[in-house]
Amino acid sequence: MTIIEVKHLVKKFKHFTAVDDLSFKVDKGEIFAFLGPNGAGKTTTVKMLTTILKPTSGDIKINHYNIKSDVIKIRRSFGIIFQDPTLEDELTAMENMKLHAYMYNMKKDDIYKLSKQFLEFVDLWDKKDVFVRDFSVGMKRRLEVARSFMHEPKILFLDEPTAGLDVQTRNYIWKYLKEIKEKHKVTIFFTTHYLEEAEKYADKIVIIDHGKLIIEGTLSSIKNRTKTKTLEEAFLKLTGHHIRDENEDAEMSHIKRRSFIYK
Amino acid sequence: MKAIYILWLRQVKRYYRSPERIIGLLGQPILFLIAFGYGFGPIYKAAGQGNYIQFLVPGIIGMSVLVTAVISGIEVLWDKQFGFLKETLVSPVPRINIMIGRTLGGATAATIQGIIVFIIALFIGFKPYTLSFLPAALIFVILVAIFFTALGTAIASLMKDMQGFQLIVNFLMMPIFFLSGALFPINNIPGDIKIVTVFNPLSYGIDGIRDTLTRITTFGVVNDFYILFFMTVMILIIGSFIFSKIQI
Ligand SMILES: Nc1ncnc2c1ncn2[C@@H]1O[C@H](COP(=O)(O)OP(=O)(O)OP(=O)(O)O)[C@@H](O)[C@H]1O
Ligand SMILES: [Mg+2]
Repeated sequence: MTIIEVKHLVKKFKHFTAVDDLSFKVDKGEIFAFLGPNGAGKTTTVKMLTTILKPTSGDIKINHYNIKSDVIKIRRSFGIIFQDPTLEDELTAMENMKLHAYMYNMKKDDIYKLSKQFLEFVDLWDKKDVFVRDFSVGMKRRLEVARSFMHEPKILFLDEPTAGLDVQTRNYIWKYLKEIKEKHKVTIFFTTHYLEEAEKYADKIVIIDHGKLIIEGTLSSIKNRTKTKTLEEAFLKLTGHHIRDENEDAEMSHIKRRSFIYK
Repeated sequence: MKAIYILWLRQVKRYYRSPERIIGLLGQPILFLIAFGYGFGPIYKAAGQGNYIQFLVPGIIGMSVLVTAVISGIEVLWDKQFGFLKETLVSPVPRINIMIGRTLGGATAATIQGIIVFIIALFIGFKPYTLSFLPAALIFVILVAIFFTALGTAIASLMKDMQGFQLIVNFLMMPIFFLSGALFPINNIPGDIKIVTVFNPLSYGIDGIRDTLTRITTFGVVNDFYILFFMTVMILIIGSFIFSKIQI
């Protein structure tokens, strides 16, 4: 059953096309990896899917709601961890949870109970009264995991949830996420530059480059079609070896742009 | 309602958890009270206008409310930069409620700041005409606080990064303050500048505070109230609209 449906999605910033006619589907309950080099358009797509950026054109359906007509219902359906932290540093961990709970109109009795449950889940209960400004990067991430799931969304959007984290914390975060997925049948849409995370955890993978879909499928089908042994090989074969400068000159990127798309 | 309350509370906590800022924001009004109050006092008196401190204090209260309110409003820029704004914008709370919660929170901080300045003024010799009009004065303080928090929020919603901050201070806050009758009576100033003061909401706020505290007035307290109230409602509507269009 499809839970996220994207059709011909386009986002232009002035003359620069960040997302270029993107279409894909995500099935309910799967872990979906959304990959691409720096500047490929991942964050821009996530922002459009999570209703804070208006598409230039195209259709998005999330949890069967249309993004143009049912924004509030869509917002209720998902939780999100953005690429950069979105916590309030001047509040404690518990206060951040409470603020979230109030905004999602949760029941009074549930707020304390669920805050405790999820803060314990990410091993932060003993830090509940510590100001977030005193948290390490890893602790902030764990708090964001707890917060993103507090209102029990159907979908989790995670934009590089493990970027900048040490191996231990990364493993922990994935442990939490897998548990959440098993227990609550939640759909997880994530981006990452650690391709082994996609190899290990993703049921389905999409690779985009220059805002365009390059390939989509399961890990094995991608490896088969590109005749490669690892996702990294496939990724490099599909997106080239040169380094991406963000906002690279439009004409240059046009020349470099791969003309073929794997289907 | 819950969302408005929690966003209000967040702004208020940010305010009282930063005593450095509270004190920092008091520096300028106190300096103005002392420098202008004692500096221009004798000239004012010689011109036959009476006690300058009585005239000046409502203006300085207005100034401290203006500054705190605009700065609270502009915090939207910080929240854009440090990400917290996204957390509110993806939530199922209608944007107008987010705007209202933030604005009321910032306005609460600005109001408290105005009250602190009032209390300080009592110590340097300010004598309210009667204490029974204090609640009325407070209403003007609150309206000024709401107006300028909403204005700060609206302007910050239109800006991309913090670079515009200094621009707002120099080209918005300072002219609004100096052309509001905070420091000198506006009935005596030349026509062109007077027109500016007539469109300046702070003029009515300060005139209202001044009338209720000292019986000195230009427009009359009733006019002050209706005009400022109307302007505040307008800015809330316009500000909410602008805020609701934010894209990140
Ligand atoms: N508001 C904006 N205005 C102009 N250009 C933008 C804006 N936001 C993003 N871009 C550009 O769009 C392109 C895609 O950016 P995006 O952040 O979506 O990439 P990404 O795939 O998330 O990259 P990364 O892996 O580095 O996070 C980049 O070239 C970026 O510079
Ligand atoms: Mg990104």
